[in-house]
Amino acid sequence: MMFAPAPFLLKDVSVSQVMIQVCVALIPGIAAYASLVGPAILVQLVIATFAALLAEAVMLKIRGKSLALFLSDGSAVVTAWLIALTFPPLAPWWLVVTGTVFAIVVAKHLYGGLGQNPFNPAMVAFAVCIVAFPALMSQWPSVGLQLRLIDQMNIILGWAPRVDALSGATPLDAMKTALKLGDSTFDVSTLLANQDIYGNFAGRGWEWVAGGYLLGGLWLWHRKLITWHVPVAFIAAMATLSGALWLYNPAQFASPLFHLLSGGAMLGAFFIATDPVSGCTTPRGKLIFGAGAGLLAYIIRVFGGYPDGVAFAVLLMNLCAPLIDLLTQPPIFGMKDKA
Amino acid sequence: MLMNLFKCKGGVKPPTNKTQSITLPIATAPIPSRLVVPLHQSIGGTPRPIVQAGDQVLKGQLIGEADGWISAAVHAPTSGTVVEVAMHVQPHPSGLDAMCVVIAPDGRDEWIAHQPFDYANAAPEAVREYLQQSGVVGLGGAVFPTHGKLTPSKTVPMEELVINGAECEPFITCDDLLMRERAEEVVRGIGIFRDLLQPKKVLIGIEDNKPEAAAAMRAAVGALGEPFSVVVVPTLYPAGGAKQLIRVLTGKEVPAAKRSTDLGVQCFNVATAYTAWRAIAHGEPVVSRLVTVTGNVHAPRNYEVLIGTPMDELLQLATPHPDTDGIIMGGPMMGFLVPDRQVPVIKATNCLIAHDDRLFPPKPPEMPCIRCGSCAQACPHELQPFEMYWFSRAKNFGKTQEYHIFDCIECGCCSFVCPSRIPLVQYFRFAKSEIWAREREKNAADGAKARFEFKQLREEREKAEKAEKLAKAAAAQAAKKAAEAAAAAAAGEPVAEGAAAAEPVAAEASPVPVAVDPEKAAKMATIQAAMERAKAQREASQPKNTEALKSSQQKEIDEIEARRQAAHLTEAAPPAATGEKTE
Repeated sequence: MMFAPAPFLLKDVSVSQVMIQVCVALIPGIAAYASLVGPAILVQLVIATFAALLAEAVMLKIRGKSLALFLSDGSAVVTAWLIALTFPPLAPWWLVVTGTVFAIVVAKHLYGGLGQNPFNPAMVAFAVCIVAFPALMSQWPSVGLQLRLIDQMNIILGWAPRVDALSGATPLDAMKTALKLGDSTFDVSTLLANQDIYGNFAGRGWEWVAGGYLLGGLWLWHRKLITWHVPVAFIAAMATLSGALWLYNPAQFASPLFHLLSGGAMLGAFFIATDPVSGCTTPRGKLIFGAGAGLLAYIIRVFGGYPDGVAFAVLLMNLCAPLIDLLTQPPIFGMKDKA
Repeated sequence: MLMNLFKCKGGVKPPTNKTQSITLPIATAPIPSRLVVPLHQSIGGTPRPIVQAGDQVLKGQLIGEADGWISAAVHAPTSGTVVEVAMHVQPHPSGLDAMCVVIAPDGRDEWIAHQPFDYANAAPEAVREYLQQSGVVGLGGAVFPTHGKLTPSKTVPMEELVINGAECEPFITCDDLLMRERAEEVVRGIGIFRDLLQPKKVLIGIEDNKPEAAAAMRAAVGALGEPFSVVVVPTLYPAGGAKQLIRVLTGKEVPAAKRSTDLGVQCFNVATAYTAWRAIAHGEPVVSRLVTVTGNVHAPRNYEVLIGTPMDELLQLATPHPDTDGIIMGGPMMGFLVPDRQVPVIKATNCLIAHDDRLFPPKPPEMPCIRCGSCAQACPHELQPFEMYWFSRAKNFGKTQEYHIFDCIECGCCSFVCPSRIPLVQYFRFAKSEIWAREREKNAADGAKARFEFKQLREEREKAEKAEKLAKAAAAQAAKKAAEAAAAAAAGEPVAEGAAAAEPVAAEASPVPVAVDPEKAAKMATIQAAMERAKAQREASQPKNTEALKSSQQKEIDEIEARRQAAHLTEAAPPAATGEKTE
C-alpha cells in the first residue's frame, strides 16, 4: 500500500529557486558596483563563492547531511555574495575567505545549518572582520581609481603592495572623518559640493550601486519573495531620523537621500534585514525589525566608530527577533475582536 | 445583482484540472456485483443494523437505524439479498474495518413503497426527524447530519443562509454538473432549509470558474421566484470551505470554538439541498450520490453512483490507464489514497482520482524550514504554520496549542506553498492526535484518581458512622448505669442525716451531686444521661488524637485549662483570646 499524505499537488517552488532568485536580484547592484570599482568585485564574488561552497561541503560531510541535497540549495552562495558585496572590493583574498568560512562554519553550521542560524551569517562575518582587522576593512579604493583587472588581482592576491590609493574611505566614512576633525569651515553642503569626490548626491557612482540594489529589491518584492514591511520600515525609519537631524542642523548632518544611497543602506533594507531565518516573521514584527535596523544603522554610522552601521544594526535586531515575534503574533481567523 | 464580497486572507491557486470531467453529462453507474454499505456514514453515532444475513431488502429500505440525534439512517441502495453484516475495510486513511451491510443486488432495483412527505403541514421537528430518517447528511465531504444543522439558535437571529456551490478543490466537478443539470431541485431543496431556518437572506456562492452552473442556478432561482442571490466568488482554494465561504459572502469569521449559528449564519452544500428535496418531494432516502471519476483515466466523467459500490468497479467505467497505482478519494488537496481499491463509495465520496506519478509526481525530499513565511501567507485561518511545525517537531504540544493548532482545517495550503517541501499538514495531524491521546490518558488517570479518592472518602465516612454508633451505645449504657445508681441512692439507705448525698456516686468525672429526694434524683439521672450523650457525641466529632489520652497528658491539659480559667478570672479578656488563636 502506498502512503503519501495530502496535498498531492505541490507548487513548483524550492529553497534553491528562492536562493537563485535572490542572487539574480543582486545582479543590477553588482553590475553598477563593477562599473564603479572595476572587475575586482567579480573576483571577490568568485573567491567568496568557492570558499563558501567548500566550507559548506566540509561541514555537511562532518554533520552527515546529504551533499547533493544541501550543497545545491544555494544558501551558501547568497551568504558568500553578501559578504563579497559588503567587504572592501580590494580586500586581500584571505580576509574574504576568513569571513566566509567563519560565516558558514560558525554562524551557520554550528548553530544547526540551514534555517537554524539566529544571526545573519554574512553580517556575522562582517562584524568579526571589522573588529579583528579594522584597518583592512576600512580600505576602500579612492573614487576615480581605475586599475586594470590584473593589477586588482595582484592587490587582492597579495602579489602587489597595497598602494596608498587604497586607503580611501567610503563617502560616508570620509564625511564622518571630516566632520569629526571639527573643521568648522567645512560643512556638509561644501563637502557634497565637491563633485570630484562625492558624485551627484551620495558619492560618485555609489548612488548607482544603491539604485541597483533598490531595483533588485523591488523585483524580489514583485516576485513575492519578500514583503514590503522590512524595506519600507527600514527606509522610513532611517529617512525620518536622518531627516529630523538634517532639518535641525543641515550644516552638520547630511540629508536623508545621502544616507539612503550611501553604504549598505539599500543592500541592508532589501537583502539583509529581509533574511527570514534570522529576522522577524509576523507583519508587525517585520515593521519593528526593519525600523529598528534602520534607526540603529543610522545611529551607528553617524555617531559610532564604524564606517557603516548596517551589520551591527541587523545583528542587534537579530537578537531581538524571537521576542518581537512572540509579542506580535497576529490574531487568527475568527479571533480578531479578542485581540 | 451586485454584491460586496469580503476578502478572505490566504489561499492558493493550484491548477484546477476541472475541464476534463465536465465535457460529458452525468451518467448513471450500473448496479455493481455487490454493495458494501458501511453503517457509519455520518458524523455522530453509528446506526444499528436492523437486517441480517439472508434478508430480502428493497431499494430505499432502512437497514441501519440512527443512533442518537447526531446520527443519520442508512438505507439499502438497491433491491437484493443481505449477504452478511460484517466488518469490512473502510475508505479511510487508517485502513481500519467497520461494520457494513453487504448486499447482493437482484438487478431489479425495486423501490420500497415511498411517497412524498407532507412538508407543508408538518411541524419543523417532524421535518428534521424525517430528514434524519432519510439519511440526509452534508455531501460536501464532512457528512454532518443535516437535520442537526437545521435548528436556528435561540438567542441569535438567523441572518444569512449560505449555500456552498464553490467546489474549490481541483479535479472535482460533481457539484458543478449537479447545478447545471438539476438546478431546479437544488433550489427547491434550499427552499426547505430556508423555511426551517428563516434567514433574512439566502446567498448561493459559486466560484467564477463555473459560469454555466451559476447561470443555471440563476435561471432556476428566477423560474421559481425565490429571492435567493447567486453570488459568483473568485476562484481561490479553499474558498469552498464552509468558514471561508461564509467569510467571503458575509464578512463573518466563525472561530473554531463556535458554531456558525451563534453568528446567525448557516451553510449547506448544494448536493445536500438536492438530496433533501428528493427525500421530501419523492420520499427517496439518500442511496446514491454524484461522484467525479477523473485523473489518470481515458474518460473522466461524473456518475450517479449507488452508495456501497466498490471503488474499483466505478473506476473501471472511466477506463483507467494501466499505470494507475492508486485511488485518491476526494480532491488532491485534502483527499487521501484509499487503503484498498475495493473499498465502497460512501456518502462522503465526491471524487475518485486515479493516481499515477505523472499527475502527482513523488514528493521531493524535505528540507529544513527557512522561516520564509509563505505558509503563514497562504493559511486561510491566518495561523503561523512554521511555528506550529517547529513545536510539533519538538513534541512541544502545549506550544502548538498556544499557536492555535486546533484552528487548523488541514486544507493543505501551507504544504502546497512550502519551498522546503515540508509536509506541514502531516505534522499538525500528528500533533493533534498526540494531544488527543494524551488527553484521553489524562482523563483515564483523572478517573482513576477520582475513584480512589471516593473510595477513601466512603471508608472514612463508614468509620465515622461506626464510631458514632458505638459512642451512642456507650452513652446509653452510662445513662442506664447512672439512673440505676440514682435510683439505688434514692430508694436505698436514707442514712442518718441524709447529708451524705454530697458524695458523688457515679463516675469520678461526674461532678453532679446526687440528690436525696427520689423525684429529684430521677430528674438528675436523666440530665446526667443527656450530658453523657452530649459528651460522647462531642468526643466522636473531635479529632482522633485527643482520644485515649494518657493520664499524664490529661493532667497537663487540665492544668492548662485551669490556668486559662484563672487568667480569665484575674486578667482582662484580650490575652486569652489571642492566646487561643496562636495555639
